[in-house]
Amino acid sequence: MIEIINVRKSFGPLEVLKGINLTVKKGEVLTVIGGSGSGKSTLLTCINGLEKIDSGKILVDGTEVHAKSTDLNKLRRKLGIVFQQWNAFPHLTVLENVMLAPRKVLGQSRSDAEAMAVDQLSHVGLGDKLNVYPSRLSGGQQQRMAIARALAMSPDYMLFDEVTSALDPQLVGEVLDTLRMLASEGMTMICVTHEMKFAREVSDRVAFFHKGVVAEIAVPEDIFSHPKDPDLQKFLSATH
Amino acid sequence: MFNTALTLSDLVFLAKGAGMTLLVTAISVSLGTILGIIFGIFRFQVGPVWAAPVTFLLDVFRSIPLLIQLVLANAFFGMVLKLNLTGLAVACGVLTLYTAAYCAEIVRGAVEAVPTTTRRAARSLGMTWLQDMTHIVLPLATRVALPSWIGLALGVMKDSALVYIVQVTELLKSTQILITRLQEPLLLLMLCGAFYFIISFPIARLGGYLERRLSND
Amino acid sequence: MFGYTFQWGQAVKWLPQMLEGAWVTMEIAILSMLIGIAVAILFTSFRQTKSRILNGIVTTWVEIARNTPALFQIYMAHFGIASFGIHFSPFVSLLIGITFNNVGYLTENFRGAMKAIPDTQTRAARSLGLSAPQAFAFVVMPQMLRIAFLPASNQMVWAILMTSLGVTVGMNSDLYGVTQDLNSVTFRTFELFAIAAVIFYVITKTIQIGARLLAARLFRY
Repeated sequence: MIEIINVRKSFGPLEVLKGINLTVKKGEVLTVIGGSGSGKSTLLTCINGLEKIDSGKILVDGTEVHAKSTDLNKLRRKLGIVFQQWNAFPHLTVLENVMLAPRKVLGQSRSDAEAMAVDQLSHVGLGDKLNVYPSRLSGGQQQRMAIARALAMSPDYMLFDEVTSALDPQLVGEVLDTLRMLASEGMTMICVTHEMKFAREVSDRVAFFHKGVVAEIAVPEDIFSHPKDPDLQKFLSATH
Repeated sequence: MFNTALTLSDLVFLAKGAGMTLLVTAISVSLGTILGIIFGIFRFQVGPVWAAPVTFLLDVFRSIPLLIQLVLANAFFGMVLKLNLTGLAVACGVLTLYTAAYCAEIVRGAVEAVPTTTRRAARSLGMTWLQDMTHIVLPLATRVALPSWIGLALGVMKDSALVYIVQVTELLKSTQILITRLQEPLLLLMLCGAFYFIISFPIARLGGYLERRLSND
Repeated sequence: MFGYTFQWGQAVKWLPQMLEGAWVTMEIAILSMLIGIAVAILFTSFRQTKSRILNGIVTTWVEIARNTPALFQIYMAHFGIASFGIHFSPFVSLLIGITFNNVGYLTENFRGAMKAIPDTQTRAARSLGLSAPQAFAFVVMPQMLRIAFLPASNQMVWAILMTSLGVTVGMNSDLYGVTQDLNSVTFRTFELFAIAAVIFYVITKTIQIGARLLAARLFRY
């Protein structure tokens, strides 16, 4: 379970998170929607400890992420994250990209890591691209590789930060299909997204972020068909 | 602070050496730059195949030690041709070609960096080759080449320390002469180093600043 | 045509000795590069710290190395340090001088390479659970190497050329030193130094071409 308790975070004079409270249960798919600059993406990097927080608490399975005593490298094994920019490691082949962390962080043997990597890559439909360098892949393929790379650590939670925003429109579908597949397999996921149709389809709950707070959180049906918050109503009519 | 036997006339002697360093640098860099521009544009204009002999010749200057270039030039003019050239003439001659060799590379790179589309546009407006070169290519290429050229000029100043080998008493040689006489190597070397540094450092900074500014837009 | 008879045959007899000198030249250049790269990597890591002292040391070193003549640096290593009562052999002085110069230029080179690797690469690596040193070693560093490789090979060429300056501190076993010694016995200045020039040319070209081929093999992405 991920618990986010009254989290605040500022960049200089700009306060991007103004007291966020959220809980994500095991097996749940939560999508986060909202305008740009609403603090959605910052929250994800706070959850895995890449960003510090100013106050509040984030607990992952009861472990406080920002406590001094927490081993972040260990904690991050539980939390897979995929970014808007896929950040493929250009000097490694697709297979090596996926094998790196299992080898170096989990200390797996080459053959174990390779078997696992081949599995994950086949799972996201890249079984035929194992030995090519990322520069030879399309954006959608690189993004799926990034997903496989995160999955290879057998994380308990997956965080997706606008993973389709940087893609050409015709490549969005293949990445969303991969996310749908993960959701149907029961993966616990937090997806920050602009894809409303996708959010409506896969989410157990949808959170609407506005000006650094959770303005409304509910099941997709309520969010999209009966929005209560006036800002959410405005946001939805603007995106259609 | 220092207990030194250094006299005013020694300082004048050092200053003369520094003057010689600057003189050799100024002559070589100016002449070398003119030659370098000619060679660079030539190489760009005729293409790699026809320019191959020039390319090879210039590359030689960048592939063997400057000290050997100076010794060879001196031996060639003095022993082989039996010409009575001054050391200063040989030093400036060699350093000019040395500068030209590097400058030609910079110029060629800079001219190549001017987009073909821009040049086509200029020619489409009815400009001649020369007009295109002077009004379009040169201003644009100069912007690209300037930081590297500054680096080259400073490099030549530092490398001019080697012309002592053809009996030109520049700054480092003057320093060495005083070291032999006064036996105060540290103080003298620090004076000498400070002179190079004071000239080189601010200009290098300017070059770095220009490079950053140009790469930003 | 010239009033000078070239005696190439006689000069060529000295070739074996000169080639031995060339080997010493290579040794000094290679050693100075190995030490130089190690120190430059250390300095690059110093620059990542916020320590003023460490950053000050790096900046001072880099600026002096880049803004004074290499010959000055070699003098300093030999005559300058000698005034503290520490006397190095010509070989050591030359090695120190060239290494000092290498460190200056290589540190700048590495800094540029470092800046060229986007921060997001480190973030991605850290997100996968890699520690900061692991992220640097397996993700950032290999990519830096590609960017820094050819400029570093140019510095190797410079190191070769700089060995010729050793003669000023009494070095006589390197290529230039051997040539100079032979010259003082035979006075065949032009022939001897022309042969030395050809050997230097072959060495520097070999390094340049070798570096290109190696780069093409090492960095296939």
